[in-house]
Amino acid sequence: MNPESLSFIFLNAFLINNFVLALFLGLCPFVGVSAKRDTAFNMGLATAFVMFVSSTCAYAINLVLTAYELEFLRLISYIALIASSVQLVEMILKKFSPALFRALGIFLPLITTNCAILGVALFQTSRGYDFLQSVSFSLGGGAGFGLAIVLMAGLREKLELSNLPNITQAAALSMMLAGILSLTFMGFAGLGTTA
Amino acid sequence: MANPTKKEAPFTMDIFTAGLWKENPVFVMMLGLCPVLAVTNSVENSLAMGLASVFVLVCSNALVSALRDFIPKQVRITTYIIIIATFVTLVDYIIQAISLDLYNKLGAFIQLIVVNCLILGRAEAYASKNSFGKSVISALGMGLGFTLALVMLGGVRELLGAGQLLGYQVFSLDFEPWVVMILPPGGFIVLGSWLLLINYFEQRKTGKLIAEDAASHCTVSQSRGL
Repeated sequence: MNPESLSFIFLNAFLINNFVLALFLGLCPFVGVSAKRDTAFNMGLATAFVMFVSSTCAYAINLVLTAYELEFLRLISYIALIASSVQLVEMILKKFSPALFRALGIFLPLITTNCAILGVALFQTSRGYDFLQSVSFSLGGGAGFGLAIVLMAGLREKLELSNLPNITQAAALSMMLAGILSLTFMGFAGLGTTA
Repeated sequence: MANPTKKEAPFTMDIFTAGLWKENPVFVMMLGLCPVLAVTNSVENSLAMGLASVFVLVCSNALVSALRDFIPKQVRITTYIIIIATFVTLVDYIIQAISLDLYNKLGAFIQLIVVNCLILGRAEAYASKNSFGKSVISALGMGLGFTLALVMLGGVRELLGAGQLLGYQVFSLDFEPWVVMILPPGGFIVLGSWLLLINYFEQRKTGKLIAEDAASHCTVSQSRGL
């Protein structure tokens, strides 16, 4: 497959270099909101949406910054941009789905500090993607994040029913599980020409 | 995000040492996990990342603490983020100037210090409520605790994954490296193992090695899982 093609960029961000399991981005919500499957799914959806909006806007802002040679402001503008898109999602959710809004709780504003979102914006800049490539990259990243968090929530729901040794409390077991999931995802590494 | 120290507590060494181990940001509070796992494939990277985080943490907490009376409540998070982003941009250029090789190895993760929840969390929970001196000392302790955790992970991963420590060969050359330790799954597994080990010693110390019901585990993991 041509590494520049849209489908490869999508697949790469979705499976091969999954944001959570291969690049370690967005671990806080991955550990924090993966206790129930529906919440996890909605969290994935909200994150994917913010990712898409902010990546699109980041592309536009980067054009402006490059035109005026203000690259050193990139980080600050990206962060401000992400904070505003999170605010947007928050307002939409509050209006259309108050139940979901409550379920996500503190983790909704914390999407702002989800490194996966800033990661998408930074990676697409450093890899020099054009507009369509950025869109496909952010969609793939969002889908990958959703997939990982839903898989994890499924595993943790099973675990709740099992009798565990006391020392596996807190996040220790989640980390081990994530390690095994990540090991599975490494199997996708053979999919592309470039890893 | 817990606020560990009382507001009016006198100035003691505890402020410094709490962050080092008792409230270690990585092992106890589970904050800032992304860089913890992403860059700890060798001790050198871990150390560089840790020190960069210490710098940002101390500087931003100092500034937040100094300005805490002037920042309006409504826009405080935005202000904190912008303060942090400024220092991260500084670090980004400093590391680029010192060692381009290191810069390329750490990649986007230097810029991603901005979204390290540890730094924003400390600014919100501690620096915005405490005096300048205490904030700096506490930030230093937290930052060094973070570095310690990074090096502990990096040490194990480099030792098992390459048979080396800081680039020096530790095991004999016919040692077959566990390549998986350097790869992403190794990060999760090593962190998980450290947590298990720490839990084990904690519980042996308090003599609570009796099985509790599964429900209590889940509440603990939720409240700690941030």
